[in-house]
Amino acid sequence: MAMEMIKGLATTLKELGQKPTTVSYPEQKRELPERFRGRHVLHRYEGGLERCVGCYLCAGACPADAIYIEAEENTDEHCVSPGERYARVFDVNLLRCIFCGYCEQACPTGAITLERIYELSSMRPDDLVYHKEQLLEPVNSATRGSIEVWTPEPPTETATPIPARQGFFDGLEASAAAVGQGNLPAEQEILLEDAYDMPTPADATPESEG
Amino acid sequence: MGINDTTTDATTGEQMPQRVNPWAPVQYVSNTQTPRLPRDVQPADGGNILLTSVNKMIDWGRSNSLWPATFGLACCAIEMMSASASRWDISRFGAEVFRASPRQADLMIVAGRLSVKMAPVLRHIYDQMPDPKWVISMGACASCGGVFNNYAIIQGVDKIVPVDVYVPGCPPTPEMLLHGLNLLQDKIRQRIPSPVDPLKAAGITYIGSED
Repeated sequence: MAMEMIKGLATTLKELGQKPTTVSYPEQKRELPERFRGRHVLHRYEGGLERCVGCYLCAGACPADAIYIEAEENTDEHCVSPGERYARVFDVNLLRCIFCGYCEQACPTGAITLERIYELSSMRPDDLVYHKEQLLEPVNSATRGSIEVWTPEPPTETATPIPARQGFFDGLEASAAAVGQGNLPAEQEILLEDAYDMPTPADATPESEG
Repeated sequence: MGINDTTTDATTGEQMPQRVNPWAPVQYVSNTQTPRLPRDVQPADGGNILLTSVNKMIDWGRSNSLWPATFGLACCAIEMMSASASRWDISRFGAEVFRASPRQADLMIVAGRLSVKMAPVLRHIYDQMPDPKWVISMGACASCGGVFNNYAIIQGVDKIVPVDVYVPGCPPTPEMLLHGLNLLQDKIRQRIPSPVDPLKAAGITYIGSED
């Protein structure tokens, strides 16, 4: 009897020095996992142009049908994005959204990412349909968002200096301008050439020797 | 400009469909938005001026002792359990007493997708709860069906019971649920009334209804 009591109290004494596990949520917030997916953010280029080119790929990839887009043509007077089109209407129904991140993976220009914004509760369900103005980041603070977290680093042993760009659309750095579409000059001319005619390191070696 | 607007062709005089924008949507009503009853989130008037302080006291007490019913429908219930465990500790807000009987509960957290067969059960539990009672719709499926846009799942529990707070997420993290609970506490303290009961508004009589 006494032995059991001592055993139990020993456990109590052992746990006395432990820090409490509770996170006092509204005052103190836990460190979120690196790949936490919260609310969507639409990104811009440095110049203020929107990354979204209104291609509907995110809406097509969405398993919950939570994204609604209406695209419109860019004109010279009213140029919103570097592509041919821009999203005039971009609604995300966060009540439908399951925060899977497929839109982020489907986006060819890195325009939409899921950021660590999670305090989203509302008394009105209509307020949880976020419109483009609420999702876009401000003009002067262009960021890439969590796309850097989601894109893995290339292994060091495979990193080769030539060719620097593989010649196909890798989706990370690419934009409509990068492939020569739209109203802006191409970022890199090499992307316009045929990828298979490019000199490879294996071709270059005999020439340099001979 | 609507879909059915037409213009008259100058040469042939035919009625041609007018399409100025080639990327005009085929469908003007979004699939992502469920039509819902209009709702008002204005605070109610204070009531009797003599009882204002008493009402404030009662609201403070009610908002700090929200006892949820033990009612989990799907995977959101795992996060609800996590919110009540030691890491997030929902008892800091006086809501730790998950009551096994709806007669002793004030709050129903609808955690998960509600199938058509489960809907009468949910309504029954809601009717058994004593007034005043509140409902939190937790997660995408409870709020509007989520990915389960099919015949078996109710597209939003606000078609069955009046929902006070919607918490998005699939499933919401415990923080998101606690944020919803804090929002509900604010709602009670501000005396914002619950929305209209959808079944009563539709004039539906069911087993257990007072009429």
